[in-house]
Amino acid sequence: MNTAARYFFALRDWVDDRFPMTQLWNEHAARYYAPKNFNFWYVFGVISMVVLANQILTGIWLTMNYKPDATQAFASVEYIMRDVPWGWVIRYLHSTGSSAFFFAVYLHMYRGLVYGSYKKPRELIWIIGMFIYLTLMGEAFLGYLLPWGQMSFWGAQVIISLFGTIPVIGEGLALWIRGDYVVSDVTLNRFFSLHVVAFPLLLCALSGAHILALHHVGSNNPDGVEIKKHKDEKGVPLDGIPFHPYYTVKDLVAVLIFAIGFAWVVFYAPGMGGYFLEAANFVPADPLKTPEHIQPLWYFTTYYAILRAIPHQLGGVVAMFLASSLFFLLPWLDRSPVKSFRYRGWKYRTALIAFVISFLSLGWLGMQLATPLYTWIARFFTVIYFLFFLLMPFYTSTDNDKPVPERVK
Amino acid sequence: MNDGGIDTTRRRLLTTAATIVGGVGAAAASVPFIASMTPSAKTKAIGAPVEVDLSDLQPGQRKIIQWQGKPVFILRRTAESLEQLANPGPQVRDPQSEENQQPEYARNIYRSIKPEYLIMLGLCTHLGCSPTFVAEEDEHDLGPEWKGGFFCPCHGSLFDLAGRVHKNFPAPSNIIIPPHKYLTDTRVLVGDDSEATS
Repeated sequence: MNTAARYFFALRDWVDDRFPMTQLWNEHAARYYAPKNFNFWYVFGVISMVVLANQILTGIWLTMNYKPDATQAFASVEYIMRDVPWGWVIRYLHSTGSSAFFFAVYLHMYRGLVYGSYKKPRELIWIIGMFIYLTLMGEAFLGYLLPWGQMSFWGAQVIISLFGTIPVIGEGLALWIRGDYVVSDVTLNRFFSLHVVAFPLLLCALSGAHILALHHVGSNNPDGVEIKKHKDEKGVPLDGIPFHPYYTVKDLVAVLIFAIGFAWVVFYAPGMGGYFLEAANFVPADPLKTPEHIQPLWYFTTYYAILRAIPHQLGGVVAMFLASSLFFLLPWLDRSPVKSFRYRGWKYRTALIAFVISFLSLGWLGMQLATPLYTWIARFFTVIYFLFFLLMPFYTSTDNDKPVPERVK
Repeated sequence: MNDGGIDTTRRRLLTTAATIVGGVGAAAASVPFIASMTPSAKTKAIGAPVEVDLSDLQPGQRKIIQWQGKPVFILRRTAESLEQLANPGPQVRDPQSEENQQPEYARNIYRSIKPEYLIMLGLCTHLGCSPTFVAEEDEHDLGPEWKGGFFCPCHGSLFDLAGRVHKNFPAPSNIIIPPHKYLTDTRVLVGDDSEATS
């Protein structure tokens, strides 16, 4: 062994005696055994993490120049775009990052539905993940007010008014959230604080808990079999391979491909034709005039369509809330002994396909003007959306599931 | 190599190649973040050269202007002061301004283009406080030898009426003379000396 390596190992031992560095590395990478049969659906977790890092980094830089003041906010964003060196690229990385975050998280959740990753013993991973998803929605909503454009203002006005529909406490709650009688400088200031400090802290803590829980239980896989059932004499799962270097390298390739697509959006289509940045938000907030066509960004439109489909104020709000929260109950609604789509019967397969079609259709409908025809279509898909959850105990317990293999194929 | 073995040569090549490419990419991606923290176009515009009118300045008077946000002292010195500056005592550390604290055209006994007008940054060379102007006739406790100059309130450094530092004080060098040029006899541009003649 040469001298340099000896010193390196001595330093490592010195640290290990005082901090579990090598232990952490082994538990979470070098000796964390992941199923050998992961497919590309398993890259969206790490992509979400990369996007989170991007959001934090670009957010820190945006905060260096942004002014959370109703009289200066809009101009400070334009200042970042025009006068700050590279400010435009940092802002577009951040705005594209928010869409990329939802893109990755939705696909990550879909992976969970397809392979039954929420099922026992991974209920808590799923629940923590759902909290991440809800926090992310809050974070996106808070951040959208900050540019202080027309959509920022009126979007916040509408969403905060949702809380106002709650009986008895609603009006007071909405006033408490705004801190003013309308969305104002006061609201902007506190949303800034929550967006740059509170929610990011929450997101990081929840993400850490999500990964800790995952590494405690072990990863699911496309076959939905527990690899920990069959171990060799050293206790290593027979169908497992160390996360590092096998999956770190694989994930790196996935991140690279994702980064290419991401960079393409940042450089060539940062507004994505109005889907990532809305035209009305290039007009400063005006509390006296609502934009002609107001809609949330694409990642909220499914729930928005459900809100509009229900012809009752409180009913719509409740339906929207339930639509985003029923996922919490999946581990208990699903009664099938089978995890993976591969060995599920026709009932769950049909239900999942119908659900995905409903989710996407509602997402599209949420971007359209609510004509009577579209409203009826939205009602139809809303019913299917809820039936997916409400009927799940019945169709999953009576499904003609196929036999699941003992080992990964 | 056999079927079950691992070809470590290929693995090392791939790892090295990926590390180099990834490292170059990360370095490139860091450029916008680092460059973004340099002064913006707005900051540069605010820091543009400043034109100053000297015609209202009486002998012995000082005015303070701002250039790049920093105080710039403009002092119209009396004939008496000039004579005193030409014969500095031993307490002045760098009477000939040999140290590079001024443009070439101000490297002289008065540290100025026109002896009458001192144009210098109002910042101490120790740690950047703005020194106080103390004229000879002002009330002060700087000793009977005091012929007027600048006193730094932060750490006590003394400078004469040409911004030259006194010995045995924390400030290491004379106060900086900013680039400047005369546009007319009484109008001066601070911050720009292109095509200036000394």
